[in-house]
Amino acid sequence: MAVKGKIIWVAGPAVKADGMLGAKMYETVYVGEERLIGEIIRLTGDTAFIQVYENTSGLSVGEPVYGTGQPLSVMLGPGIIGSVYDGVQRPLDRIASTIGPFVKRGVQVPPLPLEKRWRFRPLARKGESVGPGDVIGAVQETPLVECKIMVPPDSKGGELVYVAEEGEYTVEDTVAVLSKGGASEEVKLYHRWPVRTPRPFKRRLNPEVPLITGQRVIDTFFPIAKGGTGCIPGAFGTGKTVMLHNLAKWSDAKVIFHVGCGERGNEEAEVLTKFPELTDPYSGRPLMERTTLIANTSNMPVAAREASIYTGVTMAEFYRDMGYDVLLVADSTSRWAEALREISGRLEEMPAEEGYPSYLASRLAEFYERAGRVETFGRPERVGSVTLIGAVSPPGGDFTEPVTTHTMRFIRTFWALDPNLAYSRHYPAINWITSYSGYVETVRVYWESQVSKEWSELRSYVYSILQREDELLEIVRLLGPEALPDEEKLLLDVARMVREGFLQQSAYDEVDAYCDVRKQVKLLKLFAEFHRLAMDALKRGVPLKSIRGMPIIFRLIRAKSEVRNEEAEKLDLMLESMRSDFERLMAEEVVTAR
Amino acid sequence: MSAARGRRSAQAGLAYGTVSEIKGPLMVIEGVTEASYDELVEIETRDGERRLARVLEVGMGKAVVQVFEGTQGLSIEGTVARFLGRVMELGVSEDMLGRVFDGLGRPLDGLPEPIPREFRDVNGEPINPERREYPCDFIQTGISAIDGMNSLVRGQKLPIFSGAGLPHNMLAAQIARQATVPGREEEFAVVFAAIGVQNDEARFFKESLEKSGAISRSALFLNLADDPAIERIITPRVALTLAEYLAFWHDYHVLVIMTDMTNYCESLREISAAREEVPGRKGYPGYMYTDLASNYERAGRIKGKKGSVTQMPILSMPSDDITHPIPDLTGYITEGQIVLSRDLYRKGIYPPINVLMSLSRLMGPGILAEKRTRADHGDVSNQLYAAYSRAVQLRALAEIVGRSGLSPTDIKYLEFGDLFEQRFLKQGYDENRSLDETLEIAWDILSSLPEQELTKIREEYIRKYYKARRSPSSV
Repeated sequence: MAVKGKIIWVAGPAVKADGMLGAKMYETVYVGEERLIGEIIRLTGDTAFIQVYENTSGLSVGEPVYGTGQPLSVMLGPGIIGSVYDGVQRPLDRIASTIGPFVKRGVQVPPLPLEKRWRFRPLARKGESVGPGDVIGAVQETPLVECKIMVPPDSKGGELVYVAEEGEYTVEDTVAVLSKGGASEEVKLYHRWPVRTPRPFKRRLNPEVPLITGQRVIDTFFPIAKGGTGCIPGAFGTGKTVMLHNLAKWSDAKVIFHVGCGERGNEEAEVLTKFPELTDPYSGRPLMERTTLIANTSNMPVAAREASIYTGVTMAEFYRDMGYDVLLVADSTSRWAEALREISGRLEEMPAEEGYPSYLASRLAEFYERAGRVETFGRPERVGSVTLIGAVSPPGGDFTEPVTTHTMRFIRTFWALDPNLAYSRHYPAINWITSYSGYVETVRVYWESQVSKEWSELRSYVYSILQREDELLEIVRLLGPEALPDEEKLLLDVARMVREGFLQQSAYDEVDAYCDVRKQVKLLKLFAEFHRLAMDALKRGVPLKSIRGMPIIFRLIRAKSEVRNEEAEKLDLMLESMRSDFERLMAEEVVTAR
Repeated sequence: MSAARGRRSAQAGLAYGTVSEIKGPLMVIEGVTEASYDELVEIETRDGERRLARVLEVGMGKAVVQVFEGTQGLSIEGTVARFLGRVMELGVSEDMLGRVFDGLGRPLDGLPEPIPREFRDVNGEPINPERREYPCDFIQTGISAIDGMNSLVRGQKLPIFSGAGLPHNMLAAQIARQATVPGREEEFAVVFAAIGVQNDEARFFKESLEKSGAISRSALFLNLADDPAIERIITPRVALTLAEYLAFWHDYHVLVIMTDMTNYCESLREISAAREEVPGRKGYPGYMYTDLASNYERAGRIKGKKGSVTQMPILSMPSDDITHPIPDLTGYITEGQIVLSRDLYRKGIYPPINVLMSLSRLMGPGILAEKRTRADHGDVSNQLYAAYSRAVQLRALAEIVGRSGLSPTDIKYLEFGDLFEQRFLKQGYDENRSLDETLEIAWDILSSLPEQELTKIREEYIRKYYKARRSPSSV
């Protein structure tokens, strides 16, 4: 029996209620006459401490609190993809059509459309014995994603005594009945799962397939694997959000979750306006057919912000269990940590660094631990993955603050955004000296077998140019560029070419926004080859001035936005013409020298 | 005064005479049995003076309230707190345009209170992100550094990060005067919120609005430096409540100027300290991000509504430090920032906008990607950034190694840097440049660089606009 208590104290999103004996930790409760959604976060005697997911303005002492006996959970079934949810899975699109453009409180709308009929196709037969995770049917959720109807992970399993025929069903209709030892269990198109409990799987696999993002600096220099973890820390204005949008737009994952926790409303609007117009480079379909948004903007209730990343990752795991590669981007985990801090402050807990609660690190670890490439439960055998990428917004751009430092302990790819690069409009502003990726070795096999044998070699060659440039710039700062020998001046020139022609990538340029892997390698080869040829020419006595005047330099830098992905072989021609340019140059210069 | 306990007043709510503690802006009232969070409270002193307060925390038999007009002169004895049974509301109407109010929305101009059409909760309600219209209407401010490189868009929140003594007020007034959407005549309004600013700053704005004739379409909310500090928590909310009403119920395009948000944050800190909360950075409360967002996020456009709320908050960075929590948290919420530079100001450049640190987030996706202005706008902007940033780096280098240590191309960049500041950035307080004029100047100065340096501009535009044969000094 669910408990019913009474409010005794209110301060912002925190509420205390007494008469709550029998309530459980993390149980969902309804607070006040308006039945605002809340969650119990501390129990003392018969007093419960509740964080409320809606604005508590006007909430009075003495109003009732109703327990539900259930932990905070999400509804998992067809209808998720393409939706816009708030932090506790309320559908913002359908809320808006009932109550207008402002989010009011106390509105309860089911997360999945209950009236909608889905075409269910059975994939199991009556009499079969099934267990958790077994696929018993499928629904074409969007043209891009087929939602598999699985026996829920917490099911006891049993013999299928009923399977619905192919036809139209709502999410609440029973499509299968299992029976075991006299007890029967109904399977519907949806089931519920508590957000704070990771969904189970059979075993973890090594993440070794790269997540192709179409962003050169990521794919080539700091790759992330499917099922991996990454973080993007950066001061404001360094382009975190644009980068997360790019990852959501161009990654070769099957399903994308974009969690906007505590960010700007206009940016959510951007996603909602642009994604339906943009097409997925892999299938040619609108991006919205594989994307789900969880939008809890900075002015929406702070406690729901805390819940939003769990809501997101639980839905992501649901699609992973179908055997899909899922990408979840969270913008920004710092706002989530601040929500944690705010609630902790109201609970009067002893703070650790900068007011954050001492459990910040363990909460971050728990979150990132939900990433992974796994073999799922059930038949047929499936491999799915959840890749987690979180933006971090360090105050003042200081990477030594608690959220950044703790996050770095739990992720393997670190894309450090640099305000100085952003100020000179070098985007993406990923600093190539301080960033790192722990997946370079694991994804090498894929690149070398699927894209180009030279990948690893080219990558280290060009990367060493960039590293050497960094060292040389120290000298230039003291002595000026004219103090360097010609080989080093040339290296600086090539490094600048790589920066402009390879690392920089415009998100708003039609051609450049997404760069195919083949084009990436070919571009990389062009720059590496240019450096080799130019060094060779220098050694044979060609003056640096003549090399600097070569028109090919201009063409190399622009190749990224002038050569389309589908015509990447043009870059081979460019390589050929570059070689003959050098031959001609050497012939001329060496002759004049004689 | 136990007689007052639980006594129902004639008008509304319960009145209590059981004040137990007064500290800073806060007052603790004991024995409170029926009160709600955020409820408005009227405080009456023994001599009949009335002040407004708001509930911050209620329960366990007591209520903590924050007194807007400050607690000076309040006494534990003889003070009565009346709980009004409603949250703080503002009566709104179109007639508020052309009027001057105090920081809580009470008339200051001696005229009678405008008859409200409706009462609105000053905290507003969050706009459903799903119903937001993505802002992409270019606003021409007539200022090259903004239009050319950091375009302002209707429904954007673009703050000015300034420092003590820099001409942020002039800049904001110039924008308020000149802002138009090219080719459109629509209802516009200016809502001005002065938050703890000096009297002459407020007067400057008022006169500037009067001079341009915009005063009849403006509403001013003034909380001046000598007004109660705690009232500042409400002033931006009151101003934004009117702005939202005008924009979303009466189709106005509203520009909201809020100055100075630093004072707002100071008040926030004062209350937090009085409540003995665990502080975040530099003593500011941990929830300052959320609190600031509850103001800044009230900018935008809504699908199916004609109007818009564009915000231009001004804040002075304490000791010009952009990593200070106030500019830092603001920058994380707003869609970019216009940063003023003391160095440029010393060089006599108005407006002294540090373009490298400035940013308009809505420019790329909203204007450039959709080609809402001239087609070459985006490329030109990128090239200006790249070239000027190189010039600034070379300037630092030239100071160490001298100009002789630089290559001829580098020298060209140095010259470009000066041209950029003197011709592109610098303009008059009354100079209203069209976007075409701005881009014309941009091409003039870019033409001082060799053509092959313009790697960010597509060839078609170079062919069309690059002025190779004209030397920059003759244009």
